[in-house]
Amino acid sequence: MDYKNYINKTYEPFTIEVEKGRLRFFAQAIGEQNPIYQEESTAQEAGYESIPAPLTFPFSITMDAGQSFNVLEDMGIPKTKAVHGEQGFIYHKPICADDVVTGQQKIVDIYEKKGGALLFIVTEISLSNQRNEPVCDLQSTIVVRNG
Amino acid sequence: MSKKIDFETLKIGDSIPELVKEPITRTQLALFAGASGDHNPIHLDDAEAQAGGLDGVIAHGMLNMAFLGQVLTEWLPQRAVRSFSTRFAAMAYPGDVITCKGVVSGKVKEKGENLLELDLLAENQNGEILLKGNATVAVKS
Repeated sequence: MDYKNYINKTYEPFTIEVEKGRLRFFAQAIGEQNPIYQEESTAQEAGYESIPAPLTFPFSITMDAGQSFNVLEDMGIPKTKAVHGEQGFIYHKPICADDVVTGQQKIVDIYEKKGGALLFIVTEISLSNQRNEPVCDLQSTIVVRNG
Repeated sequence: MSKKIDFETLKIGDSIPELVKEPITRTQLALFAGASGDHNPIHLDDAEAQAGGLDGVIAHGMLNMAFLGQVLTEWLPQRAVRSFSTRFAAMAYPGDVITCKGVVSGKVKEKGENLLELDLLAENQNGEILLKGNATVAVKS
């Protein structure tokens, strides 16, 4: 199958509400002790509008939106053959509780290594908040074992 | 928490304070599945993990990355972090103790900001590297 046809494919735009309780739960689950991730007043004293989303939470926003690993299903690749190879974030502004975040996923590159034994799928998602301010850009690389 | 960080005196090769996390537990993997939205059973159910060719449940790669992010936010405010990326090199299992480290790899002044580039890594109790990463952080002068 010629996967190259999927390069530059874009998926449906999505909108996700960032909930305060979810951010607290996420911070607890990763063992984050800093009270700015639990108490809104402490976060505000530190200069955030509300409880901030931890550095890697934007990936969960995209998971909630059904993105990232959905490209596998779209391309007819079994999930069990794929692993998350790389993940990158570029931060423009903090994402905070009560933000409404929009984004859209695009496949930016697909390439093979080791004579086709491994397939790399690179996707990007740019997230903006309710004021249309860019907040975070994500780049994910999924590695697929062929055969 | 974060102490004053002096851009001028930090040198390439300097280490930032290490972060040693509590051992990973199955409870934590269950909590992270719920909190992160990644419900893949290879993180929750040994039988499912074994069906996928693993010895048993593995930690979410994004949990390991969340730990590595904390080596940055324990050192300086989260808003100072401009970029953060990792490559997932190896898997972590329940009981593993993850240590996160960072070393200054570059210093740049750009648009009136002092930017530090960092090489990051997360390793397990045997010194096996789980994540290799990079970050750029802005430091006031």
